[in-house]
Amino acid sequence: MILHYKRAIQDILDHKFLNAVTIITIAISILIVSAFALFFVNASDIISSWQKGVRIMAYLRPNIPHADIGALKLKIQDFYGVQNVKFISKEEGLQMLKDQMKRQPSLFVDLKENPLPDAFAIRMIPTSKNREKIEGLTTRLEALPEINDVEYGHRWLARFTNIFNLFKLTGFALGGLFSVAAVFIVANTIRLVLYTRREELEIMRLVGAADSFIKAPFYIEGIIQGALGGTIGLAVLFVTFLIVSSNVQQSFALDFFTVRFLSIKVYGTIIFCSTCVGWLGCYLSLKQFLKS
Amino acid sequence: MIDTQSKNSIIQIFRVYKKYGGKHALTDVTLDIPKNDSLLISGPSGAGKTTLLKLLYLAEKVSAGQVLVDGMNLARISRKRIPFLRRKLGIIFQDYKLIPTKTVFDNVAIVLEAMGTKRRLIQKKVKSVLRTVGMEERINSFPPILSGGEQQRVAVARAVVGDPIIILADEPTGSLDSDSANIIIELLKKFHTRGTTLVIATHDKELLNKIGGRIVHLKQGCLQPSA
Ligand SMILES: Nc1ncnc2c1ncn2[C@@H]1O[C@H](COP(=O)(O)OP(=O)(O)OP(=O)(O)O)[C@@H](O)[C@H]1O
Ligand SMILES: [Mg+2]
Repeated sequence: MILHYKRAIQDILDHKFLNAVTIITIAISILIVSAFALFFVNASDIISSWQKGVRIMAYLRPNIPHADIGALKLKIQDFYGVQNVKFISKEEGLQMLKDQMKRQPSLFVDLKENPLPDAFAIRMIPTSKNREKIEGLTTRLEALPEINDVEYGHRWLARFTNIFNLFKLTGFALGGLFSVAAVFIVANTIRLVLYTRREELEIMRLVGAADSFIKAPFYIEGIIQGALGGTIGLAVLFVTFLIVSSNVQQSFALDFFTVRFLSIKVYGTIIFCSTCVGWLGCYLSLKQFLKS
Repeated sequence: MIDTQSKNSIIQIFRVYKKYGGKHALTDVTLDIPKNDSLLISGPSGAGKTTLLKLLYLAEKVSAGQVLVDGMNLARISRKRIPFLRRKLGIIFQDYKLIPTKTVFDNVAIVLEAMGTKRRLIQKKVKSVLRTVGMEERINSFPPILSGGEQQRVAVARAVVGDPIIILADEPTGSLDSDSANIIIELLKKFHTRGTTLVIATHDKELLNKIGGRIVHLKQGCLQPSA
């Protein structure tokens, strides 16, 4: 085994330029794919933090008798996906508003009458915290005669999930495309190396070397190319990320979540995939070559 | 089918034809080589000596006929098993077939590496065999800077380093002066006395006389009745 490693490393050194080009190509592919991954990780962070905090406010029509409110609450409680319902009377609502706006008490001085409606604050069970379920519940609430208006926070984010999904699809497509390209580039490099060394390989076969013995160093070479390319791609992404993220954090002032880099798990998966890319490229060219 | 009369044959060639394109290189060759035989194939240039050896290590396939080597029917042998066939053989190629980018040591060592021999043993064996052929001084040289005779000696060293049961030698003394040739002849003889079967193709009269053994003549691809 040490022997094969030695042969593989010797081979990479013998074909420095070819290997450098291959590794850079893999690095660029990985960079693009993992940039998308990074975007998804953070975008889904935003979405899930929104989902965690999501709360539907159902505002009642004025003059609903107090006696009916208890029944209505129970009715809403029974809707599918509802975790709990809390009644917020208009007095409580006003108090909360005042608390939030302590700095401008003057705003409330002229207030003769409470302009706020009574409301229900509805929280949902975790599995129902997605756009469709929330919209569905909203529609059902709006259909109730006692309900005047329904609202939920960060509604724009719900729309964002759609764009997000579109992006996800593009990301997968691009990732797939680049991976295929990388496989072919590795295959091509190995093919070229095989071609320049075909005489040597033929002699090795003639003196009794098995195919597996001949192949082993090439596989190691492909795997090294893949792993190295992946690592370089991620390293470049990480540096870019450090520079960009501080700016993003400042300019968008997204206080409810922090931008983060890929987790170790994703990191590992990406390196693993790029290693597989190296391996696969090698497999393809060797399969073709050794047939001849 | 091949007759099984001679149970101790290690190589059986039966009614073999070989065509390159339309050209006949071998015609109806039948040859039985017993274990530990020393067979010398003589014949003029282009007679088909190299071709006959190539059929034995499966560098070429027969156009018709059967070849058996150490019990393996070469027509039926699977691709995977070809290396096992070749490891039984020590082949001295007419054109040496040394790897130009590897040192003399590595060229010889590759046979043992492919067999999975332990590294320490490889060191020992390779050095010893290179000493025998008088090439221990050039152990770190690359083949292209060696003279033809030196390359040939490395080729011989590589052929015998794996202790083959059959040595196929194609003009093993072709570019050697008689002193170096004698070393090679002695080496081959030594293997022969140890039980190795020798199959040597040559038109070198001196080699034919010195090495001893059965001589067959090839002419235009046909075996001549022995005189
Ligand atoms: N790969 C090939 N393709 C076409 N013809 C070939 C091939 N190899 C050999 N031949 C032809 O087959 C015939 C026998 O060749 P071979 O090499 O076996 O001769 P030889 O007896 O070894 O000659 P020499 O003593 O010169 O080495 C020759 O006429 C040669 O031209
Ligand atoms: Mg010849």
